Amino acid sequence: MDRALVSAASNTGTMAWFARHEARIAWRDWFSMMTAGQRWRTRNVVIGLALFAVFMHFLANSMVGKHAKVGPDNHDALVIISGAALLSWCLVLSQAMESVTRAFYARSDLDLILSSPVASRVVFAVRLAAVACSVGLMSVLIASPFINILVLRGGARWIAAYGVVLALGVAAAAIAIAITVALFRMFGPRRTRLLAQIVAAVIGASFVIGLQIAAILSYGTLSRLYLFETGALSDGLPSIDSPLWLPARAMLGDPFALSVVVAACLLAIGFSIAIFSRRFGDHAMAAAGASQAPASRRTQSFYRFRQMSPSRVLRRKEWTLLLRDPWLMSQSLMQVLYLLPPALLLWLSHREGSGALIVLVPVLVMVSGQLAGGLAWLAISGEDAPELVATAPVTPRRVVRAKVEAVLGCIAIVFAPFLAALLPFSAFHALVAGVGILAAATSATFIQLWFRAQAKRSHFRRRQTSSRLATFAEAFSSISWAGTAALAANETWLAVFAGLTAIGVLAGARWLAPR
Amino acid sequence: MTPALPALEIRGLVKRFDRPAVDQLDLTVRAGEFYSLLGPNGAGKTTTLRMVAGLMQPDAGAISVFGIDARRDPVEAKRILAWVSDEPMIYDKLTPYEYLEFVAGLWGIDARGAETRARDLIALLGLGPHAHERCEGFSRGMRQKVALAGALVHDPRLIILDEPLTGLDAASARQVKDVLRERVTAGGTVIMTTHILEVAERMADRIGVIARGKLIAEGTLQELHELSEKTNGRDADKARSLEDTFLALIAERAQAA
Repeated sequence: MDRALVSAASNTGTMAWFARHEARIAWRDWFSMMTAGQRWRTRNVVIGLALFAVFMHFLANSMVGKHAKVGPDNHDALVIISGAALLSWCLVLSQAMESVTRAFYARSDLDLILSSPVASRVVFAVRLAAVACSVGLMSVLIASPFINILVLRGGARWIAAYGVVLALGVAAAAIAIAITVALFRMFGPRRTRLLAQIVAAVIGASFVIGLQIAAILSYGTLSRLYLFETGALSDGLPSIDSPLWLPARAMLGDPFALSVVVAACLLAIGFSIAIFSRRFGDHAMAAAGASQAPASRRTQSFYRFRQMSPSRVLRRKEWTLLLRDPWLMSQSLMQVLYLLPPALLLWLSHREGSGALIVLVPVLVMVSGQLAGGLAWLAISGEDAPELVATAPVTPRRVVRAKVEAVLGCIAIVFAPFLAALLPFSAFHALVAGVGILAAATSATFIQLWFRAQAKRSHFRRRQTSSRLATFAEAFSSISWAGTAALAANETWLAVFAGLTAIGVLAGARWLAPR
Repeated sequence: MTPALPALEIRGLVKRFDRPAVDQLDLTVRAGEFYSLLGPNGAGKTTTLRMVAGLMQPDAGAISVFGIDARRDPVEAKRILAWVSDEPMIYDKLTPYEYLEFVAGLWGIDARGAETRARDLIALLGLGPHAHERCEGFSRGMRQKVALAGALVHDPRLIILDEPLTGLDAASARQVKDVLRERVTAGGTVIMTTHILEVAERMADRIGVIARGKLIAEGTLQELHELSEKTNGRDADKARSLEDTFLALIAERAQAA
């Protein structure tokens, strides 16, 4: 018998064997996500990533370059570094919770693995370690432009920041595992998925929003780092020798702090895997059972059909499906959470009579474009019964119009209160915001229409992978309309040029869209 | 007396992908009959029926549904036909009643009549106990039955089904077959593709065999047996099942190609 085969067979079922399997699957998933399943796109993806990396380094230079020379004895510097790290860490923790939830509920190979004679503890120990590694590596990847700039401008001591970022990513995974298992035990398999995803999104958004609200209340600005940069927090925070600053000190190259942070994070993930990998198999099986269990929810025992036009039933169907899917609802409305700080700014402006409307109008326009893009994807690409709709005696134009109306209806419901609040304060700014919201939402909807590709609604979070062109077009369109609205709110004629740019982006998207 | 219009008339239908999927196909299905379309995988059955349902544009040819030119006036043709695919496409977050109301609204039919028909269909297909539950937890069989109820709720004159019995248990398959048979008895026309030859043998009034995008044989079960015996020179007693006849016809076609 072939020696290699004998060797491979004798190693099967070990942690190393599973780790190799997980790494191969993870790599192929990532590669497929980046190239949208088309191998010929590899070169384009590499060029795109290289350009993105260059852009990120320039951006990082403008953001952190001035802080590169700070020393570990500077209290304000420790506050800024810790604040920025905490902000990023919240997002990493949010992402880690998503990954852990996916590991619970992924059905593709769990049936095969759990029915094999391999101990589920081994399988899930590897799977949880894989989640920790992927979260840690993702953190390093995102932080690398900033660290590289700090190393270039501040010296080799900043290399230690790589270790800290990796360790904090791993710690985020450890905490995410603990939170998800706790949710599972408290709420059961059926509710945990939704709850975990909502908690993840709220963790990701709440710290950023909280900082913005604090900055608005104190200084009337939307800047997230303003509180850290002004040094206003320094007086109320622990002194320079507090263990709270260990991660920041470690980033600045303090070997003792680095050892403590890395050791603590590795211990956290080690404990987490050791404690939870045994139970993970049971939980995963319970999760699989939950997804198969018949729905017992009843809506009403007596149902009367209503006479409706095809357009009306299509609009009603879109709204019903959205309202009945709490996960999609939370994912869509999470973007609306970011409107809380501008809403507060509006309220303060109204009270104090300041001129913050110029900041508020483009934020409203930007968010409307993003929200409309997501809703349009659900209505157009996320249609669950495309053949039913296509075989109905309704023209495609009428179907599209009804779906666009459904999206714009949602936008109207979300943004009408803001416009109503703006109106008594400044009719002109309310008009600019209204027109901008309509333009951004309509543009995003049409971009989704031109680039539509049939997909499952549950793939909402990964919708960007089906067409990067559509994603960029949607983002540029929203930014252009927000810029136009900002200039118009400033009452400058430059708004015309910005508006033409937005129309140009839209025309470019139409030209590039598949026919 | 004028002859009744055929339910479906296809002339010179062509669809090419990287090779011809449907190649100058002529097919006529009479009103009020149960027509079964058979063929090996990739023969062009589904492509043909998708073009009839308006889900795909033909490259050439004519499609007429009860005298309506389906290429020139697709909306009018769609008004009197229904399509059911092998993969039931329903909305997880709607109940069967809400789904049927949605379909009735899409077809623009009277709500009161649709409601009565929906109640009958729900009872007939054994969906009563689940009629007010959301479809998200339904088994494949239940989903297929909801999809079938959706196809029938607007009372189509022609119903086209692509492998509707795939993955159904015996009881569900029986319910679907009973509903289709009743439909034909009431004057409706059914066109169905299937790989389960026993179903075609028992249910179809006429059977069409398609291979490489062309109709290679057509007729009643008896006519197909006779054709197979004539072309293959077999003893009539040795090729009595549709399976034997079907395989013989396909083999002969492969040899000729």
